[in-house]
Amino acid sequence: MLEFNNIFEKLSLYFQYPFVRYALIVGVLIALCASLLGVSLVLKRFSFIGDGLSHVAFGAVAIASVLKLSNNMYLAIPITVLCAIAILSSSQNAKIKGDAAIAVISVGALATGYLVLNIFAASANISGDVCTTLFGSTSILTLKPSDVWLSIVLSIIVLTLFILFYNKIFAITFDEDFAVASGIRVKAYNLLIAVVTAIIIVLAINLVGSLLISALIVFPALSAMRVFKSFKSATICSAIISVVAAALGIIISILAGTPVGSTIVVVNIVNFALFYLVGALKGVKA
Amino acid sequence: MTLLTCKDLSLGYDGATVVEGLNFTVNAGDYLCIVGENGSGKSTLIKTILRLKSPISGEILTGGGLKPNQIGYLPQQTQIQKDFPASVMEVVLSGTLNQKGFKAFYNKADKQKAKDNLAKMDILNLQNKCYSELSGGQQQRVLLARALCATQKLLLLDEPVSGLDPKLTIEMYKLIEKLNKEHGITIIMISHDFSAALKYASHILHIGYKPLFFGTKDDYLNSEVGKAFSIIGGVANA
Ligand SMILES: Nc1ncnc2c1ncn2[C@@H]1O[C@H](COP(=O)(O)OP(=O)(O)OP(=O)(O)O)[C@@H](O)[C@H]1O
Ligand SMILES: [Mg+2]
Repeated sequence: MLEFNNIFEKLSLYFQYPFVRYALIVGVLIALCASLLGVSLVLKRFSFIGDGLSHVAFGAVAIASVLKLSNNMYLAIPITVLCAIAILSSSQNAKIKGDAAIAVISVGALATGYLVLNIFAASANISGDVCTTLFGSTSILTLKPSDVWLSIVLSIIVLTLFILFYNKIFAITFDEDFAVASGIRVKAYNLLIAVVTAIIIVLAINLVGSLLISALIVFPALSAMRVFKSFKSATICSAIISVVAAALGIIISILAGTPVGSTIVVVNIVNFALFYLVGALKGVKA
Repeated sequence: MTLLTCKDLSLGYDGATVVEGLNFTVNAGDYLCIVGENGSGKSTLIKTILRLKSPISGEILTGGGLKPNQIGYLPQQTQIQKDFPASVMEVVLSGTLNQKGFKAFYNKADKQKAKDNLAKMDILNLQNKCYSELSGGQQQRVLLARALCATQKLLLLDEPVSGLDPKLTIEMYKLIEKLNKEHGITIIMISHDFSAALKYASHILHIGYKPLFFGTKDDYLNSEVGKAFSIIGGVANA
Protein backbone atom coordinates (compact mmCIF):
# COMPACT_ATOMS: atom_id res chain seq x y z
CA MET A 1 0.00 0.00 0.00
CA LEU A 2 2.81 2.31 0.95
CA GLU A 3 4.43 1.55 -2.36
CA PHE A 4 1.28 2.53 -4.23
CA ASN A 5 0.95 5.74 -2.30
CA ASN A 6 4.52 6.53 -3.13
CA ILE A 7 4.00 5.99 -6.82
CA PHE A 8 0.86 8.05 -6.76
CA GLU A 9 2.52 10.90 -4.95
CA LYS A 10 5.43 10.88 -7.33
CA LEU A 11 3.11 10.91 -10.33
CA SER A 12 0.92 13.71 -9.04
CA LEU A 13 4.03 15.69 -8.26
CA TYR A 14 5.24 15.26 -11.82
CA PHE A 15 1.88 16.06 -13.32
CA GLN A 16 1.91 19.44 -11.64
CA TYR A 17 4.47 20.44 -14.24
CA PRO A 18 2.67 21.52 -17.40
CA PHE A 19 5.47 20.04 -19.45
CA VAL A 20 4.86 16.56 -18.19
CA ARG A 21 1.22 16.88 -19.09
CA TYR A 22 2.10 18.25 -22.52
CA ALA A 23 4.58 15.46 -23.09
CA LEU A 24 1.95 12.91 -22.30
CA ILE A 25 -0.46 14.55 -24.74
CA VAL A 26 2.16 14.80 -27.46
CA GLY A 27 3.34 11.25 -26.90
CA VAL A 28 -0.15 9.85 -27.10
CA LEU A 29 -1.02 11.86 -30.22
CA ILE A 30 2.14 10.82 -32.07
CA ALA A 31 1.65 7.19 -31.10
CA LEU A 32 -1.96 7.41 -32.31
CA CYS A 33 -0.99 8.84 -35.71
CA ALA A 34 1.83 6.36 -36.18
CA SER A 35 -0.37 3.38 -35.40
CA LEU A 36 -3.21 4.48 -37.69
CA LEU A 37 -0.90 4.72 -40.67
CA GLY A 38 0.95 1.65 -39.45
CA VAL A 39 -1.82 -0.75 -40.50
CA SER A 40 -1.70 0.53 -44.04
CA LEU A 41 2.10 0.74 -44.18
CA VAL A 42 2.55 -2.80 -42.90
CA LEU A 43 -0.04 -4.19 -45.31
CA LYS A 44 1.37 -2.32 -48.28
CA ARG A 45 4.79 -3.67 -47.32
CA PHE A 46 5.90 -0.09 -46.89
CA SER A 47 7.28 -0.44 -43.38
CA PHE A 48 10.82 -0.30 -44.77
CA ILE A 49 10.06 3.17 -46.14
CA GLY A 50 9.37 4.28 -42.58
CA ASP A 51 12.69 2.85 -41.51
CA GLY A 52 14.58 4.60 -44.29
CA LEU A 53 12.84 7.90 -43.60
CA SER A 54 13.70 7.76 -39.92
CA HIS A 55 17.39 7.76 -40.82
CA VAL A 56 16.84 10.67 -43.15
CA ALA A 57 15.14 12.49 -40.32
CA PHE A 58 18.20 11.87 -38.13
CA GLY A 59 20.47 13.43 -40.74
CA ALA A 60 18.14 16.38 -41.13
CA VAL A 61 17.92 16.98 -37.39
CA ALA A 62 21.71 16.83 -37.16
CA ILE A 63 22.11 19.47 -39.84
CA ALA A 64 19.39 21.60 -38.28
CA SER A 65 21.07 21.52 -34.89
CA VAL A 66 24.39 22.56 -36.41
CA LEU A 67 22.65 25.44 -38.14
CA LYS A 68 21.17 26.36 -34.73
CA LEU A 69 17.62 26.74 -35.98
CA SER A 70 15.05 27.78 -33.41
CA ASN A 71 13.31 24.46 -34.00
CA ASN A 72 14.94 21.45 -35.65
CA MET A 73 11.64 20.36 -37.14
CA TYR A 74 11.47 23.38 -39.46
CA LEU A 75 14.29 21.86 -41.46
CA ALA A 76 13.73 18.19 -40.71
CA ILE A 77 10.11 18.09 -41.92
CA PRO A 78 10.73 19.48 -45.42
CA ILE A 79 13.87 17.36 -45.97
CA THR A 80 12.18 14.16 -44.82
CA VAL A 81 9.06 14.88 -46.86
CA LEU A 82 11.18 15.43 -49.98
CA CYS A 83 12.99 12.15 -49.40
CA ALA A 84 9.66 10.38 -48.91
CA ILE A 85 8.55 11.63 -52.31
CA ALA A 86 11.87 10.59 -53.86
CA ILE A 87 11.73 7.10 -52.36
CA LEU A 88 8.13 6.59 -53.39
CA SER A 89 8.60 7.68 -56.97
CA SER A 90 11.73 5.55 -57.32
CA SER A 91 10.04 2.47 -55.92
CA GLN A 92 7.25 2.90 -58.46
CA ASN A 93 9.82 2.93 -61.22
CA ALA A 94 10.63 -0.71 -61.87
CA LYS A 95 13.98 0.08 -63.44
CA ILE A 96 15.54 1.36 -60.23
CA LYS A 97 15.15 -1.03 -57.36
CA GLY A 98 13.16 0.67 -54.61
CA ASP A 99 14.84 -1.08 -51.69
CA ALA A 100 18.30 -0.18 -52.98
CA ALA A 101 17.27 3.46 -53.32
CA ILE A 102 16.07 3.42 -49.72
CA ALA A 103 19.28 1.83 -48.49
CA VAL A 104 21.35 4.45 -50.28
CA ILE A 105 19.30 7.38 -49.01
CA SER A 106 18.98 6.14 -45.44
CA VAL A 107 22.60 5.10 -44.86
CA GLY A 108 23.78 8.22 -46.65
CA ALA A 109 21.67 10.42 -44.39
CA LEU A 110 22.81 8.62 -41.25
CA ALA A 111 26.48 8.97 -42.12
CA THR A 112 26.18 12.59 -43.23
CA GLY A 113 24.27 13.52 -40.10
CA TYR A 114 26.86 12.02 -37.78
CA LEU A 115 29.74 13.53 -39.74
CA VAL A 116 28.18 16.99 -39.73
CA LEU A 117 27.55 16.77 -35.99
CA ASN A 118 31.14 15.71 -35.36
CA ILE A 119 32.73 18.44 -37.44
CA PHE A 120 30.53 21.39 -36.61
CA ALA A 121 28.82 20.72 -33.33
CA ALA A 122 29.39 23.39 -30.74
CA SER A 123 28.34 21.27 -27.81
CA ALA A 124 30.99 19.27 -25.97
CA ASN A 125 28.73 16.28 -25.60
CA ILE A 126 28.41 15.06 -29.18
CA SER A 127 27.83 11.43 -28.36
CA GLY A 128 25.08 12.52 -25.95
CA ASP A 129 23.43 14.57 -28.70
CA VAL A 130 23.67 11.70 -31.16
CA CYS A 131 22.31 9.26 -28.65
CA THR A 132 19.36 11.54 -27.95
CA THR A 133 18.50 11.85 -31.62
CA LEU A 134 18.84 8.12 -32.20
CA PHE A 135 17.10 6.80 -29.13
CA GLY A 136 14.99 9.71 -27.94
CA SER A 137 15.50 12.00 -25.01
CA THR A 138 16.17 10.45 -21.63
CA SER A 139 13.75 12.94 -20.15
CA ILE A 140 10.56 14.12 -21.77
CA LEU A 141 11.03 17.41 -19.93
CA THR A 142 13.34 18.47 -22.73
CA LEU A 143 10.40 19.08 -25.07
CA LYS A 144 10.26 22.72 -26.09
CA PRO A 145 6.87 24.49 -26.11
CA SER A 146 7.17 25.03 -29.85
CA ASP A 147 7.71 21.26 -30.28
CA VAL A 148 4.58 20.63 -28.30
CA TRP A 149 2.37 22.95 -30.30
CA LEU A 150 3.75 21.87 -33.64
CA SER A 151 3.16 18.25 -32.67
CA ILE A 152 -0.41 18.92 -31.59
CA VAL A 153 -1.32 20.86 -34.73
CA LEU A 154 0.29 18.36 -37.11
CA SER A 155 -1.24 15.39 -35.29
CA ILE A 156 -4.69 16.89 -35.63
CA ILE A 157 -4.12 17.45 -39.35
CA VAL A 158 -2.93 13.84 -39.77
CA LEU A 159 -5.91 12.47 -37.85
CA THR A 160 -8.37 14.52 -39.90
CA LEU A 161 -6.80 13.41 -43.18
CA PHE A 162 -6.85 9.81 -42.05
CA ILE A 163 -10.52 9.87 -41.11
CA LEU A 164 -11.54 11.71 -44.29
CA PHE A 165 -9.64 9.35 -46.58
CA TYR A 166 -10.08 6.19 -44.51
CA ASN A 167 -12.21 4.35 -47.08
CA LYS A 168 -9.92 5.26 -49.94
CA ILE A 169 -6.88 4.24 -47.92
CA PHE A 170 -8.52 0.87 -47.38
CA ALA A 171 -9.25 0.51 -51.09
CA ILE A 172 -5.72 1.27 -52.24
CA THR A 173 -4.22 -0.88 -49.50
CA PHE A 174 -6.43 -3.85 -50.31
CA ASP A 175 -6.23 -3.84 -54.09
CA GLU A 176 -4.32 -1.09 -55.83
CA ASP A 177 -5.23 -2.22 -59.36
CA PHE A 178 -8.93 -2.18 -58.64
CA ALA A 179 -8.60 1.22 -57.01
CA VAL A 180 -6.89 2.61 -60.12
CA ALA A 181 -9.51 0.97 -62.33
CA SER A 182 -12.32 2.58 -60.36
CA GLY A 183 -10.83 6.00 -60.82
CA ILE A 184 -9.25 6.56 -57.41
CA ARG A 185 -6.12 8.64 -57.75
CA VAL A 186 -3.87 6.03 -56.23
CA LYS A 187 -0.61 7.84 -56.94
CA ALA A 188 -1.84 10.95 -55.17
CA TYR A 189 -2.96 8.94 -52.14
CA ASN A 190 0.31 7.00 -52.00
CA LEU A 191 2.08 10.33 -52.03
CA LEU A 192 -0.16 11.59 -49.25
CA ILE A 193 0.60 8.49 -47.19
CA ALA A 194 4.34 8.92 -47.72
CA VAL A 195 4.26 12.61 -46.84
CA VAL A 196 2.19 12.03 -43.72
CA THR A 197 4.51 9.19 -42.70
CA ALA A 198 7.46 11.53 -43.07
CA ILE A 199 5.80 14.14 -40.87
CA ILE A 200 4.96 11.61 -38.17
CA ILE A 201 8.50 10.29 -38.19
CA VAL A 202 9.97 13.72 -37.63
CA LEU A 203 7.49 14.39 -34.85
CA ALA A 204 8.34 11.08 -33.23
CA ILE A 205 12.05 11.82 -33.08
CA ASN A 206 11.50 13.82 -29.91
CA LEU A 207 9.57 11.00 -28.37
CA VAL A 208 11.37 7.80 -29.24
CA GLY A 209 14.33 8.86 -31.36
CA SER A 210 14.93 8.04 -34.98
CA LEU A 211 16.07 4.43 -34.55
CA LEU A 212 12.98 3.35 -32.66
CA ILE A 213 10.25 5.03 -34.71
CA SER A 214 9.58 1.98 -36.86
CA ALA A 215 8.55 0.14 -33.72
CA LEU A 216 5.83 2.74 -33.12
CA ILE A 217 4.55 2.23 -36.66
CA VAL A 218 4.84 -1.54 -36.92
CA PHE A 219 4.18 -3.11 -33.52
CA PRO A 220 0.62 -1.90 -32.78
CA ALA A 221 -0.52 -2.83 -36.29
CA LEU A 222 1.04 -6.29 -36.10
CA SER A 223 -0.45 -6.89 -32.65
CA ALA A 224 -3.94 -5.85 -33.75
CA MET A 225 -3.77 -7.97 -36.91
CA ARG A 226 -3.09 -11.09 -34.85
CA VAL A 227 -6.53 -10.87 -33.31
CA PHE A 228 -8.78 -8.69 -35.46
CA LYS A 229 -9.88 -9.68 -38.94
CA SER A 230 -11.56 -6.61 -40.38
CA PHE A 231 -9.74 -3.47 -41.42
CA LYS A 232 -11.85 -1.25 -39.20
CA SER A 233 -11.45 -3.34 -36.06
CA ALA A 234 -7.73 -3.82 -36.72
CA THR A 235 -7.24 -0.08 -37.20
CA ILE A 236 -9.18 0.85 -34.08
CA CYS A 237 -7.44 -1.81 -32.00
CA SER A 238 -4.05 -0.73 -33.29
CA ALA A 239 -4.84 2.85 -32.27
CA ILE A 240 -5.94 1.82 -28.78
CA ILE A 241 -2.91 -0.42 -28.26
CA SER A 242 -0.59 2.33 -29.36
CA VAL A 243 -2.16 4.99 -27.15
CA VAL A 244 -2.15 2.74 -24.10
CA ALA A 245 1.44 1.63 -24.72
CA ALA A 246 2.62 5.22 -25.15
CA ALA A 247 0.87 6.45 -22.00
CA LEU A 248 2.06 3.46 -19.99
CA GLY A 249 5.59 3.79 -21.34
CA ILE A 250 5.76 7.48 -20.49
CA ILE A 251 4.44 6.93 -16.96
CA ILE A 252 6.82 4.03 -16.32
CA SER A 253 9.73 6.06 -17.59
CA ILE A 254 8.85 8.91 -15.24
CA LEU A 255 8.61 6.58 -12.26
CA ALA A 256 11.59 4.40 -13.04
CA GLY A 257 13.73 7.07 -14.64
CA THR A 258 14.18 4.97 -17.78
CA PRO A 259 14.56 6.41 -21.30
CA VAL A 260 11.11 7.19 -22.72
CA GLY A 261 11.56 5.79 -26.22
CA SER A 262 12.92 2.39 -25.30
CA THR A 263 10.36 2.02 -22.51
CA ILE A 264 7.47 2.63 -24.93
CA VAL A 265 8.94 0.19 -27.43
CA VAL A 266 9.40 -2.50 -24.77
CA VAL A 267 5.78 -2.05 -23.65
CA ASN A 268 4.80 -2.53 -27.30
CA ILE A 269 6.88 -5.69 -27.55
CA VAL A 270 5.31 -7.21 -24.44
CA ASN A 271 1.94 -6.28 -25.86
CA PHE A 272 2.74 -7.92 -29.19
CA ALA A 273 3.64 -11.12 -27.38
CA LEU A 274 0.28 -11.00 -25.57
CA PHE A 275 -1.71 -10.48 -28.76
CA TYR A 276 0.28 -13.17 -30.51
CA LEU A 277 -0.73 -15.56 -27.77
CA VAL A 278 -4.39 -14.51 -27.89
CA GLY A 279 -4.39 -14.88 -31.68
CA ALA A 280 -2.87 -18.35 -31.44
CA LEU A 281 -5.40 -19.41 -28.79
CA LYS A 282 -8.26 -18.07 -30.91
CA GLY A 283 -6.93 -20.03 -33.87
CA VAL A 284 -6.84 -23.22 -31.80
CA LYS A 285 -10.39 -22.73 -30.56
CA ALA A 286 -11.84 -21.89 -33.98
CA MET B 1 -22.69 4.80 -79.64
CA THR B 2 -19.04 3.79 -79.47
CA LEU B 3 -17.61 3.34 -75.99
CA LEU B 4 -14.14 2.09 -76.87
CA THR B 5 -12.01 2.19 -79.97
CA CYS B 6 -8.65 0.45 -80.10
CA LYS B 7 -6.44 1.54 -82.98
CA ASP B 8 -3.34 -0.40 -84.02
CA LEU B 9 -2.76 -1.37 -80.46
CA SER B 10 0.45 -3.19 -79.49
CA LEU B 11 0.72 -4.52 -75.97
CA GLY B 12 3.54 -5.97 -73.94
CA TYR B 13 5.90 -5.63 -71.04
CA ASP B 14 9.21 -3.76 -70.98
CA GLY B 15 9.31 -3.45 -74.73
CA ALA B 16 8.59 -7.15 -75.39
CA THR B 17 5.48 -7.29 -77.54
CA VAL B 18 2.75 -9.75 -76.59
CA VAL B 19 0.02 -8.79 -79.10
CA GLU B 20 0.11 -6.36 -81.98
CA GLY B 21 -2.24 -5.02 -84.57
CA LEU B 22 -5.32 -4.93 -82.36
CA ASN B 23 -8.15 -3.03 -84.01
CA PHE B 24 -11.63 -3.18 -82.64
CA THR B 25 -14.51 -1.13 -81.32
CA VAL B 26 -16.97 -1.73 -78.54
CA ASN B 27 -20.39 -0.12 -78.77
CA ALA B 28 -22.74 0.55 -75.91
CA GLY B 29 -24.78 -2.57 -75.22
CA ASP B 30 -22.24 -4.97 -76.76
CA TYR B 31 -21.28 -8.24 -75.12
CA LEU B 32 -17.71 -8.86 -76.21
CA CYS B 33 -15.97 -12.11 -75.42
CA ILE B 34 -12.19 -12.23 -75.64
CA VAL B 35 -10.83 -15.69 -76.27
CA GLY B 36 -7.34 -17.02 -76.89
CA GLU B 37 -4.83 -19.42 -75.44
CA ASN B 38 -2.95 -18.95 -72.16
CA GLY B 39 -0.41 -16.17 -72.37
CA SER B 40 -1.88 -14.66 -75.53
CA GLY B 41 -2.34 -11.29 -73.84
CA LYS B 42 -6.02 -11.21 -72.87
CA SER B 43 -5.46 -9.98 -69.33
CA THR B 44 -2.86 -7.56 -70.60
CA LEU B 45 -5.44 -6.10 -72.99
CA ILE B 46 -7.97 -5.59 -70.19
CA LYS B 47 -5.35 -3.95 -67.99
CA THR B 48 -4.43 -1.65 -70.83
CA ILE B 49 -8.06 -0.73 -71.43
CA LEU B 50 -8.30 0.13 -67.74
CA ARG B 51 -5.10 2.17 -68.03
CA LEU B 52 -3.37 0.08 -65.41
CA LYS B 53 -0.55 -0.13 -67.91
CA SER B 54 0.24 1.78 -71.04
CA PRO B 55 0.31 0.31 -74.56
CA ILE B 56 3.59 -0.03 -76.49
CA SER B 57 1.98 1.76 -79.40
CA GLY B 58 -1.41 2.60 -80.74
CA GLU B 59 -4.24 4.21 -78.84
CA ILE B 60 -7.44 3.56 -76.96
CA LEU B 61 -10.17 6.12 -77.41
CA THR B 62 -13.16 6.29 -75.15
CA GLY B 63 -16.44 7.74 -76.33
CA GLY B 64 -20.06 7.95 -75.37
CA GLY B 65 -19.17 9.87 -72.23
CA LEU B 66 -17.56 6.80 -70.64
CA LYS B 67 -15.72 7.78 -67.48
CA PRO B 68 -13.29 5.63 -65.48
CA ASN B 69 -15.62 5.73 -62.49
CA GLN B 70 -18.38 3.94 -64.42
CA ILE B 71 -16.36 0.79 -64.95
CA GLY B 72 -16.54 -2.38 -62.90
CA TYR B 73 -13.57 -4.73 -63.01
CA LEU B 74 -12.98 -8.29 -61.95
CA PRO B 75 -9.25 -9.06 -61.99
CA GLN B 76 -8.04 -12.56 -62.88
CA GLN B 77 -5.89 -12.76 -59.79
CA THR B 78 -5.35 -10.43 -56.93
CA GLN B 79 -2.31 -10.79 -54.77
CA ILE B 80 -3.95 -10.15 -51.47
CA GLN B 81 -1.88 -11.13 -48.50
CA LYS B 82 -2.79 -14.15 -46.50
CA ASP B 83 -3.42 -12.26 -43.26
CA PHE B 84 -4.96 -9.06 -44.63
CA PRO B 85 -7.61 -7.94 -42.14
CA ALA B 86 -10.62 -7.12 -44.32
CA SER B 87 -14.20 -8.22 -43.92
CA VAL B 88 -16.25 -9.25 -46.95
CA MET B 89 -18.49 -6.21 -46.44
CA GLU B 90 -15.52 -3.85 -46.43
CA VAL B 91 -14.25 -5.32 -49.69
CA VAL B 92 -17.61 -5.15 -51.45
CA LEU B 93 -18.31 -1.63 -50.17
CA SER B 94 -15.05 -0.45 -51.69
CA GLY B 95 -16.68 -1.14 -55.05
CA THR B 96 -19.07 1.76 -54.47
CA LEU B 97 -16.22 4.22 -53.88
CA ASN B 98 -15.93 5.21 -57.52
CA GLN B 99 -19.28 6.99 -57.32
CA LYS B 100 -18.50 8.94 -54.18
CA GLY B 101 -16.12 11.61 -55.42
CA PHE B 102 -14.94 13.56 -52.40
CA LYS B 103 -17.56 12.20 -50.06
CA ALA B 104 -15.71 10.43 -47.29
CA PHE B 105 -18.16 7.94 -45.84
CA TYR B 106 -20.55 5.26 -47.06
CA ASN B 107 -24.25 6.02 -46.75
CA LYS B 108 -27.28 3.75 -46.42
CA ALA B 109 -27.71 3.44 -50.19
CA ASP B 110 -24.13 2.24 -50.61
CA LYS B 111 -24.58 -0.37 -47.91
CA GLN B 112 -27.84 -1.53 -49.47
CA LYS B 113 -26.17 -1.82 -52.86
CA ALA B 114 -23.39 -3.90 -51.35
CA LYS B 115 -25.91 -6.16 -49.66
CA ASP B 116 -27.94 -6.57 -52.86
CA ASN B 117 -24.87 -7.63 -54.76
CA LEU B 118 -23.79 -9.99 -52.00
CA ALA B 119 -27.24 -11.53 -52.20
CA LYS B 120 -26.91 -11.88 -55.98
CA MET B 121 -23.72 -13.85 -55.40
CA ASP B 122 -25.49 -15.84 -52.70
CA ILE B 123 -22.98 -14.89 -50.01
CA LEU B 124 -24.92 -12.48 -47.84
CA ASN B 125 -24.22 -14.82 -44.93
CA LEU B 126 -20.47 -14.26 -45.34
CA GLN B 127 -20.61 -10.48 -45.02
CA ASN B 128 -18.80 -10.30 -41.68
CA LYS B 129 -16.25 -13.01 -42.46
CA CYS B 130 -12.60 -12.26 -43.07
CA TYR B 131 -11.91 -12.16 -46.82
CA SER B 132 -8.53 -13.87 -46.65
CA GLU B 133 -9.99 -16.82 -44.75
CA LEU B 134 -12.52 -17.70 -47.49
CA SER B 135 -12.18 -20.43 -50.09
CA GLY B 136 -11.03 -19.52 -53.60
CA GLY B 137 -14.54 -19.69 -55.06
CA GLN B 138 -15.98 -17.64 -52.21
CA GLN B 139 -13.31 -14.99 -52.75
CA GLN B 140 -14.21 -14.94 -56.46
CA ARG B 141 -17.84 -14.29 -55.53
CA VAL B 142 -16.83 -11.44 -53.25
CA LEU B 143 -14.76 -9.82 -55.98
CA LEU B 144 -17.65 -10.24 -58.41
CA ALA B 145 -19.98 -8.51 -55.96
CA ARG B 146 -17.42 -5.70 -55.67
CA ALA B 147 -17.21 -5.40 -59.46
CA LEU B 148 -21.01 -5.24 -59.69
CA CYS B 149 -21.06 -2.41 -57.14
CA ALA B 150 -18.65 -0.42 -59.28
CA THR B 151 -20.44 -1.01 -62.59
CA GLN B 152 -22.42 1.79 -64.16
CA LYS B 153 -21.85 1.42 -67.89
CA LEU B 154 -19.10 -1.08 -68.55
CA LEU B 155 -18.14 -4.33 -66.85
CA LEU B 156 -14.77 -5.95 -67.53
CA LEU B 157 -14.53 -9.55 -66.39
CA ASP B 158 -11.30 -11.53 -66.49
CA GLU B 159 -12.34 -15.19 -66.34
CA PRO B 160 -15.36 -14.59 -64.09
CA VAL B 161 -16.39 -18.21 -63.67
CA SER B 162 -12.99 -19.72 -62.90
CA GLY B 163 -13.25 -21.28 -59.46
CA LEU B 164 -17.04 -21.11 -59.30
CA ASP B 165 -19.09 -24.25 -58.83
CA PRO B 166 -21.36 -25.38 -61.74
CA LYS B 167 -24.51 -23.96 -60.19
CA LEU B 168 -23.10 -20.49 -59.68
CA THR B 169 -21.39 -20.63 -63.08
CA ILE B 170 -24.77 -20.90 -64.77
CA GLU B 171 -26.28 -18.24 -62.50
CA MET B 172 -23.31 -16.01 -63.20
CA TYR B 173 -23.79 -16.23 -66.96
CA LYS B 174 -27.50 -15.51 -66.54
CA LEU B 175 -26.73 -12.55 -64.31
CA ILE B 176 -24.26 -11.11 -66.81
CA GLU B 177 -26.79 -11.61 -69.59
CA LYS B 178 -29.42 -9.82 -67.53
CA LEU B 179 -27.10 -6.90 -66.82
CA ASN B 180 -26.39 -6.70 -70.53
CA LYS B 181 -29.93 -7.08 -71.85
CA GLU B 182 -32.03 -5.40 -69.18
CA HIS B 183 -29.70 -2.80 -67.75
CA GLY B 184 -27.86 -2.00 -70.97
CA ILE B 185 -24.47 -2.59 -69.41
CA THR B 186 -21.68 -3.23 -71.86
CA ILE B 187 -19.75 -6.40 -71.13
CA ILE B 188 -16.17 -7.29 -71.98
CA MET B 189 -15.41 -10.78 -70.78
CA ILE B 190 -12.38 -13.02 -71.03
CA SER B 191 -13.28 -16.66 -71.12
CA HIS B 192 -11.84 -20.06 -71.97
CA ASP B 193 -15.36 -21.43 -72.09
CA PHE B 194 -16.10 -21.40 -75.84
CA SER B 195 -19.60 -22.76 -75.59
CA ALA B 196 -20.64 -20.03 -73.16
CA ALA B 197 -18.81 -17.40 -75.18
CA LEU B 198 -20.68 -18.43 -78.30
CA LYS B 199 -23.97 -18.70 -76.49
CA TYR B 200 -24.02 -15.30 -74.82
CA ALA B 201 -21.63 -12.94 -76.61
CA SER B 202 -22.59 -10.59 -79.40
CA HIS B 203 -18.98 -10.08 -80.51
CA ILE B 204 -15.83 -12.17 -80.33
CA LEU B 205 -12.22 -11.09 -80.22
CA HIS B 206 -9.87 -13.99 -80.75
CA ILE B 207 -6.24 -13.23 -80.04
CA GLY B 208 -3.10 -15.35 -80.00
CA TYR B 209 -3.96 -16.72 -83.43
CA LYS B 210 -3.02 -15.12 -86.72
CA PRO B 211 -4.83 -13.32 -88.16
CA LEU B 212 -6.56 -11.87 -85.12
CA PHE B 213 -10.29 -12.15 -85.37
CA PHE B 214 -12.73 -9.47 -84.39
CA GLY B 215 -16.35 -9.45 -85.41
CA THR B 216 -19.84 -10.54 -84.55
CA LYS B 217 -20.52 -14.01 -83.27
CA ASP B 218 -22.07 -15.12 -86.55
CA ASP B 219 -19.07 -13.97 -88.55
CA TYR B 220 -16.86 -15.80 -86.10
CA LEU B 221 -18.73 -19.07 -86.56
CA ASN B 222 -18.16 -18.79 -90.31
CA SER B 223 -14.49 -17.88 -90.06
CA GLU B 224 -11.55 -20.27 -90.27
CA VAL B 225 -10.52 -19.75 -86.65
CA GLY B 226 -14.11 -19.83 -85.47
CA LYS B 227 -14.77 -23.14 -87.17
CA ALA B 228 -11.60 -24.66 -85.80
CA PHE B 229 -12.24 -23.57 -82.24
CA SER B 230 -15.98 -23.95 -81.95
CA ILE B 231 -15.49 -27.69 -82.50
CA ILE B 232 -13.34 -27.74 -79.39
CA GLY B 233 -16.08 -25.91 -77.61
CA GLY B 234 -18.49 -28.63 -78.67
CA VAL B 235 -20.84 -26.16 -80.34
CA ALA B 236 -20.53 -27.57 -83.86
CA ASN B 237 -21.91 -30.89 -82.73
CA ALA B 238 -24.65 -29.39 -80.66
N1 LIG C 1 3.78 -8.39 -65.18
C1 LIG C 1 4.32 -8.96 -66.28
N2 LIG C 1 5.60 -8.71 -66.62
C2 LIG C 1 6.12 -9.25 -67.74
N3 LIG C 1 5.47 -10.07 -68.57
C3 LIG C 1 4.18 -10.36 -68.28
C4 LIG C 1 3.54 -9.82 -67.12
N4 LIG C 1 2.27 -10.28 -67.08
C5 LIG C 1 2.14 -11.08 -68.15
N5 LIG C 1 3.27 -11.12 -68.87
C6 LIG C 1 3.47 -11.86 -70.14
O1 LIG C 1 2.56 -11.37 -71.09
C7 LIG C 1 1.98 -12.43 -71.81
C8 LIG C 1 0.46 -12.31 -71.77
O2 LIG C 1 -0.01 -12.44 -70.44
P1 LIG C 1 -1.55 -12.33 -70.06
O3 LIG C 1 -1.66 -12.40 -68.60
O4 LIG C 1 -2.13 -11.15 -70.75
O5 LIG C 1 -2.12 -13.67 -70.73
P2 LIG C 1 -3.61 -14.20 -70.77
O6 LIG C 1 -4.02 -14.20 -72.20
O7 LIG C 1 -4.47 -13.45 -69.83
O8 LIG C 1 -3.41 -15.70 -70.28
P3 LIG C 1 -4.34 -16.61 -69.34
O9 LIG C 1 -5.33 -17.28 -70.22
O10 LIG C 1 -3.38 -17.60 -68.78
O11 LIG C 1 -4.95 -15.76 -68.30
C9 LIG C 1 2.50 -13.73 -71.20
O12 LIG C 1 3.42 -14.28 -72.10
C10 LIG C 1 3.18 -13.33 -69.94
O13 LIG C 1 4.35 -14.06 -69.79
MG1 LIG D 1 -5.38 -13.85 -68.07
